[in-house]
Amino acid sequence: MKLTVNGQAVRATPPARMLLSEFLREELRLTGTHVGCDTSQCGACTVHLNGEAVKSCSVLAVACDGAELRTIEGVEHRLQEAMIRHHGLQCGFCTAGVIMAGLDMIRRHGTALDRTLIRTELEGNICRCTGYHGMVEAIYEVSRDV
Amino acid sequence: MYDTLYHCPTHWDEVEQLLAESEDTLCLAGGMTLIPSLKQRLMMPDALVDLAKVLPRTIRLEDAHLVIGAGARHVDVARSDLVQSHIPALTALAGGIGDPMVRNRGTLGGSLANNDPAADYPAALLALRGEVITNRRRVPAQSFLTGMFETALAQGEVITEVRFAIPKAAAYHKCRQGASGFALAGVFLAQFAEGVESGITGVASQAYLDPEMVAALQARSLTDWQPDDGDFLSDMHADLPYRTALLKHAANEAWKAITQT
Repeated sequence: MKLTVNGQAVRATPPARMLLSEFLREELRLTGTHVGCDTSQCGACTVHLNGEAVKSCSVLAVACDGAELRTIEGVEHRLQEAMIRHHGLQCGFCTAGVIMAGLDMIRRHGTALDRTLIRTELEGNICRCTGYHGMVEAIYEVSRDV
Repeated sequence: MYDTLYHCPTHWDEVEQLLAESEDTLCLAGGMTLIPSLKQRLMMPDALVDLAKVLPRTIRLEDAHLVIGAGARHVDVARSDLVQSHIPALTALAGGIGDPMVRNRGTLGGSLANNDPAADYPAALLALRGEVITNRRRVPAQSFLTGMFETALAQGEVITEVRFAIPKAAAYHKCRQGASGFALAGVFLAQFAEGVESGITGVASQAYLDPEMVAALQARSLTDWQPDDGDFLSDMHADLPYRTALLKHAANEAWKAITQT
């Protein structure tokens, strides 16, 4: 199959059983995307598939023929700096997924985001360290100016 | 992760052919239920038929009904101006399924074909006098839902579209299980000229309708009303008395919402 990952053309023949998360991490060595659970709940594996946030642990690699993928390695956005400044991360394990989800909610809601909506939109991301406050503030700050 | 064969057909006759080849071939839509099931080996199909290229995703109006393609993702329904202007309760329902990443993949057809006892769409299908259109026939809501995780779909039969009647008013209230977002009790009420239709999910082996509950709501009190709870679920998330209380709460909230518009 042929796809674009972070702007670069990729050709591969993954087995049908290979999850997108495995493909990204093990075949392409893009290990910024993490695998945190076995139940499609934690969101640490979130990437952008054709511009939309998805859980890469629940998408088959073979289903991505012709797709445009973006992982955290391909992101350069002021949300990342805001996350650091607002202490939106501690161990960092969930962080890539939070940023990908944050960018997706900013894309969909823009300045309509408020802290309540951000918390609702973060329902697909689990963080065990921070209590979410810092990441909510970071996303909120960035959403003021889009 | 269970190994299997993957097909991504571009035409319906390819789909039919592939499904005819084996009883153990499954259709893949958004994958938000199927792929986790494969990971847990709860389902072990010999082949997968990805419907991504063939399943309709359009949303359209057809003689006072909303017809939504089975491939319409929850985010598509949630963001549709057509749905918002005709059945805003359906917009809200779709926007409350799972989480944003799940909504970017999960589909209407997949949800109905799976018929999870705590899924939201089956309640709407009942209350909105829904009709499931497949590649073979049209099936009314009550005939379509046949049991827990069971539907009337035959081997090789695939949902293509779903038709919903447009009510004068409608509301969906869901008491969510905190972690999963699934309904512990969900009540969809739709007001038509002839009366109010209901769709109840989360409490029993599948979604069902309850005209007696509607009558009790119309009489303004669920206090003395007792549901027929023989089929009700009772588990660590909600035991029977608590689930029944949640059902009453959800019904009251949905009723308030439709009578206050």
